[in-house]
Amino acid sequence: MSDAIDHDGFADGDAPAERVTEVSGTGIPVRGNDIDTDQIIPARFMKVVTFDGLGQFAFFDQRFGDEDEEKDHPFNEEKYQGANVLVVNANFGCGSSREHAPQALMRWGIDAVIGESFAEIFAGNCLALGIPTVTADADTVETLQEHVATNPDAEIEIDVENETVAYGGETIEVTVSEAQRRALVEGVWDTTALMGANTEAVKETARSLPYIPAAHVPDEGSDVTGAAGDD
Amino acid sequence: MSRGTLYDKVWENHKVASLPTGQDQLFVGLHLVHEVTSPQAFGMLKERGRTVAFPERTHATVDHIVPTGDRARPFGDEAAENMMAELEENVRGSGITFSDPDSGDQGIVHVIGPEQGLTQPGMTIVCGDSHTSTHGAFGALAFGIGTSQIRDVLATGCVAMEKQKVRRIEVTGELGDGVTAKDVILTIIRKLGTEGGVGYVYEYAGEAIETLGMEGRMSICNMSIEGGARAGYVNPDETTYEWLRETDAFADDPEEFERLKPYWESVTSDSDAEYDDVVTIDGSAIEPTVTWGTTPGQGIGITEPIPHPEDLPAEKVETARRAQKHMRVEPGETMEGYKIDVAFLGSCTNARLKDLREAAAFVKGREVHPDVRAMVVPGSQRVQKAAEAEGLDAVFKAAGFDWREPGCSMCLGMNDDQLQGDEASASSSNRNFVGRQGSKDGRTVLMSPIMVAAAAVTGEVTDVREMKEVTVA
Repeated sequence: MSDAIDHDGFADGDAPAERVTEVSGTGIPVRGNDIDTDQIIPARFMKVVTFDGLGQFAFFDQRFGDEDEEKDHPFNEEKYQGANVLVVNANFGCGSSREHAPQALMRWGIDAVIGESFAEIFAGNCLALGIPTVTADADTVETLQEHVATNPDAEIEIDVENETVAYGGETIEVTVSEAQRRALVEGVWDTTALMGANTEAVKETARSLPYIPAAHVPDEGSDVTGAAGDD
Repeated sequence: MSRGTLYDKVWENHKVASLPTGQDQLFVGLHLVHEVTSPQAFGMLKERGRTVAFPERTHATVDHIVPTGDRARPFGDEAAENMMAELEENVRGSGITFSDPDSGDQGIVHVIGPEQGLTQPGMTIVCGDSHTSTHGAFGALAFGIGTSQIRDVLATGCVAMEKQKVRRIEVTGELGDGVTAKDVILTIIRKLGTEGGVGYVYEYAGEAIETLGMEGRMSICNMSIEGGARAGYVNPDETTYEWLRETDAFADDPEEFERLKPYWESVTSDSDAEYDDVVTIDGSAIEPTVTWGTTPGQGIGITEPIPHPEDLPAEKVETARRAQKHMRVEPGETMEGYKIDVAFLGSCTNARLKDLREAAAFVKGREVHPDVRAMVVPGSQRVQKAAEAEGLDAVFKAAGFDWREPGCSMCLGMNDDQLQGDEASASSSNRNFVGRQGSKDGRTVLMSPIMVAAAAVTGEVTDVREMKEVTVA
């Protein structure tokens, strides 16, 4: 399918996104419902103009006390270092729209998240980074968390395309939303590139809206997407 | 599948294309930008050799990190100064209008959009902030986006979205004395849950909503995201149009107002619109509502007992136990009498002129409790100026409140306005998450502005209705 995508509108710096058909590695469980983005990355670490280095601040206040002493948290545990599949419970990532949250998790080493449910903006932010957010029912997730806790070195294989997770000799059914599955599997999750290809249609829609002054829509022929390249 | 709702119509009007992902590409009518979530997006834009596609549809301000005390440049906090400088650099030469502190128009992004008339019915509005849902109060489709999506909007003027379901929430009846929009939304989230709105857009309707002014509608739409709904809206009506007439957009251009009004009317939900879900809540039964826990869904009426965790649905038990331990509250007791150290009147939920007026009317002739640090942070420079013209600042200051410069302030503790240690705050903001107000041991009790005013005076969570008649004229 991705072959059918018109890449003509790409700017010089755009590149087709990678296909993410499966993610495998070891797991790390972070338990609890309603884990909000303020917990994933406290606001004081967002006073930065790049995402570089955010990984060390993931779950910072859950991991460290007032004197910077380590607290009990999976992200501190030796056995989970190197894990890349995060296993969580319900409504994970609720609250703020900060992309700093999935950026911090990604930079810590997380490549995919399995959970009972995710807040929408968080899941969208993950998708924009090519990170699948896969869902399963509460019991399935808890069983997987138990498995990971007792077998931290065991391999977990997420098959995004076929919506399964394989671990400990069995394969379970999971859910990947249709749009997310297609975006990842076909490698079309970089929506800047994707939408940048529809320049004329964007201008047409803008002109059709009574509240958009004509002067706010770039002229015919000019590149509304602002691609600086000579395409 | 919904049909004939404002959401369906605005979506259809802004749909550019169906994407190979199954998402729709939507044109963005207004992109609001602030200093915290945009620098990386501008960086990515440059990396790709792109420029801002629709600068006239983009508007920036500074709110999250801006100091609310001494604002002389460079800011005392070097990190904040860097973020401010980065935003200035990014908007410079791009054609983006910047409501900076020198303009007199600076303020919280969700306060300045509506007050300048940037926010209008039937628009699509996005911002790298989850409380963008606020603008839905005007019948706009408005939602928060992440930084990669900000890059999308800067580069293409569009976002990629999956269409959601629509839940109509009818709040019937008349709100009681001392009951405000804030109490309505805290009650809605309590009933439907913090994730009840995932996958939905909320349409707020019913007598209790329709009789609210725009400020109250904004408070309600603002907290849609706390109930899991990325967007919430109220259908535009005469109240909406009254507000719009006074804004910069139309005050000197009544013809433009008349030209656009038919469009606004056309996007209003049809009387026979179909919804994916309808919920009815009795507005007359709502009490002044406060939170006892660490999610906005953990709320109760001021006279109700804090729930026993084991009485809650299984999936809420652990969260409730942790929350009660953090907040140091006992099940079976009410929140009335809970000692507070800080009173914070501010945020994009409740820092508009009406909020300040109502709180000031209560505060007049009273004094802040000696053990309480109380502050008012107006939502914008315009709100600040208008409040000062009415003498509200003098009322607050005479009572012992600190009257500060506009910004997000202690709602999220990104500047110096933070809880210290395990301080408890009575807060008119939107989130009581652990650590939200700057201290990981801090305790936040969410409530309406008048309830914050009452708590500031008594030093504890107080039923404002009990104190009404003592008000000095």
